[in-house]
Amino acid sequence: MSIGDAMPIWIARDYTRCTGCRKCEIVCSLKHEGRIWPEASRIKIFMYTPGLEVPHLCTQCMNYPCVSACPFQALSVDESTGAVLVDRGKCTGCGKCIEACPGAIPFIHPRDGYAVICDLCGGDPECVKVCQEVGYNALILAKLDKPRPDFDVLKKGYARKPIDVTRDLSILLYGEEVV
Amino acid sequence: MIYGYNGRILEIDLSSGSVREEKLDESIARMYIGGRGLAAKILWDRLGRRWDFVNPLGEENLLLFLAGPLTGYYPGARICVSGKSPQSNGIIGSTVSSEFPVELRCAGYDGIIVSGKAEKPVYISIFNDDVEIRDASLIWGRKGRETLAFLIKEWVDRYGWKPGRGLLKEPGVVYIGPAGERMVRTASVMSKWTHAAGYGGYGAVMGSKNLKAIVVKGTNPLPEAKDMVETDKLIREVWKLHLGFNNMRFRGTAAGFLSVAAATSSEPVRNWQEEWHDRIETSTAYYEARLWVKRFWGDFGCAITCLKIACIKSGRFKGYITDNPDYEMQAYLGANLGIFDPESVVYICALADELGLCGIQTGNVLGFVAELYQRGILNENDIGFPLRWGDVEAFAKLMHMIAYREGIGDILAEGTYRAARIISARKGVDVLKYAVQVKGVAVGAHGVRSGLDYTMETAYACSTQGGDHTSVANIPLRSGRVDLRESGALFADSAVLCAFNSFSVEGDIVFRLFNSVTGFGITMDDWYNVYVPRMLSIQRVLLLIGGPDAYWKAMEDDDNPPRFYEPLPSGFKAGAVVDRGKFEKLRREYFESLGWDERGIPREDTLVKLGLSDVADELKKRNLLR
Repeated sequence: MSIGDAMPIWIARDYTRCTGCRKCEIVCSLKHEGRIWPEASRIKIFMYTPGLEVPHLCTQCMNYPCVSACPFQALSVDESTGAVLVDRGKCTGCGKCIEACPGAIPFIHPRDGYAVICDLCGGDPECVKVCQEVGYNALILAKLDKPRPDFDVLKKGYARKPIDVTRDLSILLYGEEVV
Repeated sequence: MIYGYNGRILEIDLSSGSVREEKLDESIARMYIGGRGLAAKILWDRLGRRWDFVNPLGEENLLLFLAGPLTGYYPGARICVSGKSPQSNGIIGSTVSSEFPVELRCAGYDGIIVSGKAEKPVYISIFNDDVEIRDASLIWGRKGRETLAFLIKEWVDRYGWKPGRGLLKEPGVVYIGPAGERMVRTASVMSKWTHAAGYGGYGAVMGSKNLKAIVVKGTNPLPEAKDMVETDKLIREVWKLHLGFNNMRFRGTAAGFLSVAAATSSEPVRNWQEEWHDRIETSTAYYEARLWVKRFWGDFGCAITCLKIACIKSGRFKGYITDNPDYEMQAYLGANLGIFDPESVVYICALADELGLCGIQTGNVLGFVAELYQRGILNENDIGFPLRWGDVEAFAKLMHMIAYREGIGDILAEGTYRAARIISARKGVDVLKYAVQVKGVAVGAHGVRSGLDYTMETAYACSTQGGDHTSVANIPLRSGRVDLRESGALFADSAVLCAFNSFSVEGDIVFRLFNSVTGFGITMDDWYNVYVPRMLSIQRVLLLIGGPDAYWKAMEDDDNPPRFYEPLPSGFKAGAVVDRGKFEKLRREYFESLGWDERGIPREDTLVKLGLSDVADELKKRNLLR
């Protein structure tokens, strides 16, 4: 898919299908950093409890609280995909976007000091490809022109903190909280 | 800088509390790679000349956690734990999968050398350049799951969220359970609840140093690769190839419970009195349908995800969680104890995880005691209760006694070989013939009698790691793959990656990836001709020096356990037995292929050629060279 064809999307996640293989972290950091760099990956797998792996990445909230929170207008919304774009020239690394995010998803780049947010790879996300190639489908490319509010996995909400997802996932997987 | 390496090794002395960094020389990295190879070099240099005086459980021993240049790059990251082994009194490279090694590499280190002994229980916390030795009194005595939960919570509360910086992922952790704390020689170094570096008994070494855990977090990238474009391409090629590795992906090694017994007749049943069964309830069907709550579970970069998570949802063992269990656990804590019920096996495996015991070594010693009970050599008074085959509650109780060194558990905690010597002395009966071990290390659950498994007659007898089934002395050395024979295992354990991710692909691809990361340009010919003999020669020499509580004689101890010379009594391979003549011929060929003499002692010209003249000098001094 070329950027010109890009349409508004988001990356839906079926947490019960994540294997914790972290191939998404590898390909994301390879694409954006040219290195294997888990803490700079736009998608991070949190594992507060073994077996309960939580893919953590931007959900592109409807009202983009991070964008409006930025005092320096460094964040903008990609009109074609809906992704949040960070203007590294304007970003001061103040962290206001992190505080505004209901899921605490943005983070400050460990070396370069600017805010890091998933850019949806311009509409063709590497993480989704690598997850689906193996047949895990924990990450799903959801198209916003065909919303599915009736279907849990594709129901788009706000970003959530990994600890909250971990508790819910524990119940889905083990039938009870083992956290 | 060295491509693929940080070039730094962290040295922590627990006696003085000092922390320093050691530079890793490029010449050493080129000759010994990392992991098991580098462990051999470090141990030889620092302890080799007084090896026989080094008590593996004394503060003079070193405990090594070494990654390698492919750790994090090759799919399936592992860390190699080593030191002088309290099982073999030689060196064992014991690896465990986890995100721990990736965090360690991203923190800027290729490994950790722990020396000395802390006065009080401690754990080590590493966050990039900040290294702390912290009090562990709150977790000392706790079991696996509690320990890990405490350490992750404590770390996340301290560093996991920093206002204005965002969330950091949890750290990588290795830890020991109650067994390691009590220096049980069958104790593992644990990670992620169920992952264990079992062979070698390094859990006991950690315990001997009063070290409960290591917690590490790194926020840097993996060290730079020489050719990142090629590396990227090859990683994806390996991932693609793994997609066809279906049996491993869908069932892990769990299918072995039935197939290794019924199809290859090489599974330990009742302390190896048999190696065959056809109990249909041990097939994966039951696990898949009823126990596996997570069907694919992997560690960093792994495309195979051979692990599955089993959780018992009802009945007397409700709430117990473990992985698969994988074949070795099913065999040793199942069939070897006469237990064939899947839920009982999950229960006892989960118990081993919680106590921090190696399922193979502990399953072996449990089977050994049960056979002594069966033969009337040990009775209820000796053990404290009847120990009948298949009685899972009794075995679970005994496992507890081992971990806490209570009653007869104190003797069994010494591992099969040492327990056999103690029991022989006390009872005046030779029970070593029932001990299925080689050089202090219980053999893995792949018998050699049927001739149908991957293990040859020499597999354990000649291995520098004794009964280790992940590093078997098969010939020829060359298989063209990075597999479980010593020549392949040495690569997997030195570049440090998961061999289950490498034996399914052509060795050529693994070596291309290695060279694209390091730029060393090592060919497979170099590997087999120079690297394998070099690393194995050091391991072999230190194994033969041994001491101080056990020594091995060349030839005499390079032999199979007596049980393997008894014909198989049951199954379609009934009557099969190791032929001594054939074994001795293979043993000669194996030694010869490494440039060792007929006793398996490295020849002087071999050592000099490999750049090991200091090893040759030491052998001369000890009158071992001819």
